[in-house]
Amino acid sequence: MAKKEYSFYPGCSSERKASASNYMVSVNAMCEKLDIKLNEIPDWNCCGASIGYAEGGELPRHVMNARNIALSEQNNPGQDIVATCAACWLGAKETADRLDASEQLLADTKEVLKEAGLDIHLKNEAPIRHMVEVLIEDIGYEGIKQPMVKSLEGIKFAGYVGCQTNRPFGVDGESFENPMYLDKMVETVGGEAITDYERKVTCCGGALAFSEPEKSQKQIKDIIEAAYDQGADMIVTPCPVCQMNVEVYQDQINKHYGTKFNIPVTYYSQLLAVAYGGSAKDAGLDGNIIRAKQLEEIAAK
Amino acid sequence: MSDVNTAMVQKYRNDFLKEVEENVEEGHWVKMCMQCGVCSGSCPFGPDWAHPPQEIFMMIRAGKRDEVLTTESMWMCTSCYNCIVRCPRELPITHIMHGLANYAHRLGIAPKMNPTRRFSIIFWNNITKTGRVNELALSLKLYFMDGFMSGIKNAMAMASVGIGMLKTKRLNPFALINHKGVKNPKQLHVLLKKAREIEDRRKGIAS
Repeated sequence: MAKKEYSFYPGCSSERKASASNYMVSVNAMCEKLDIKLNEIPDWNCCGASIGYAEGGELPRHVMNARNIALSEQNNPGQDIVATCAACWLGAKETADRLDASEQLLADTKEVLKEAGLDIHLKNEAPIRHMVEVLIEDIGYEGIKQPMVKSLEGIKFAGYVGCQTNRPFGVDGESFENPMYLDKMVETVGGEAITDYERKVTCCGGALAFSEPEKSQKQIKDIIEAAYDQGADMIVTPCPVCQMNVEVYQDQINKHYGTKFNIPVTYYSQLLAVAYGGSAKDAGLDGNIIRAKQLEEIAAK
Repeated sequence: MSDVNTAMVQKYRNDFLKEVEENVEEGHWVKMCMQCGVCSGSCPFGPDWAHPPQEIFMMIRAGKRDEVLTTESMWMCTSCYNCIVRCPRELPITHIMHGLANYAHRLGIAPKMNPTRRFSIIFWNNITKTGRVNELALSLKLYFMDGFMSGIKNAMAMASVGIGMLKTKRLNPFALINHKGVKNPKQLHVLLKKAREIEDRRKGIAS
């Protein structure tokens, strides 16, 4: 039996041939070594993300998340719901909080879910959690170190926590302005963390990278520039939107601002997967558009 | 839609604060704002808001209904939640901004061509169609929202991004044909329709 077991909400971007498919690959490799079993919520749907607000409104948005929670309660009873995506985590957690706080909203949601033969109880005292919480709180830094067979020594990381893994809920014991857990994770597997990285919690523009590209790319430029300024070899993040926004627009930013950005943007799970002896493929490094060569070299050793 | 707007104007007369409290998500918090301005100073797109959140709160209390509901300001929210965690009175500012934008949109008086409003609609329709995001359809719909020629231009400008995603297997080139969502999207549509009906009934918006 696995050491730890969770009800898993993978989210849209983690699917095969989706924008964070390599995040999922590395999470699987990481969890295998940590003896974590992820039981996928059957037939889960999109969380609605934040940007769904204009057309989605309030109750329809909560129903999207409540359906997932109900499916989890039914199929994976008693297990914590764990998400790897910041938006999925935020959406599900926010809905659980709101339904818990409003009898009216809970009653309305129940009435809607009944149409699909579902019910939501929220009696599951286990909260809705992000994968980094599982690592920090359930596994612990000592536990994260245990399966380590290789050190990431010699690589300097700018830990970019971003917004939604950090706000509004955040991780227990960490500050909103300067969370340290990502740096600690980097150091745990032997990497060098830039602990005073200036743009650690700066917004990348999120979904507005699509609708307001110039304004968002200005944010992204600042995030990358600060990483270079402090001598980073690569950026590491826990969020699929941060990863994508900061990685894929570097060409366009270079054209617009005359910069020469070409910095890899990785996931914490890729770092752990490599440190645990995984190949570049196991760690999803073949999914990075700007290749993380130093990580690939360590993985090949 | 403008009928709904007229009905709301008649119902609330000059009491815009009451209208917001009763119809906007988390709107009952508005009167708690003490005008410190931390939200406005914390917003990543702050300088791009014609009226930053602090100002919006005061404008609501001053009854500036048209100015608030037709501004592009709230549509600048990136959902970074900086304002929420910094607000000394703990107002759920992000949600109130989303709520105001949604309310203006439902009344049909939100700025029609605002790109974030349009993207939000495209996004919601995309995810609810099958229950899961179809990233290819989402990008194409966005690029082509102003017609074919500008769509080609947008797609060309974004070509390097798309090719990068394809090469790394992070985009499904056949997603218009083989995208998979939930098992029974029709049932999901029934749920969402019912949710919208209940919400409209509670808020007095006839759809």
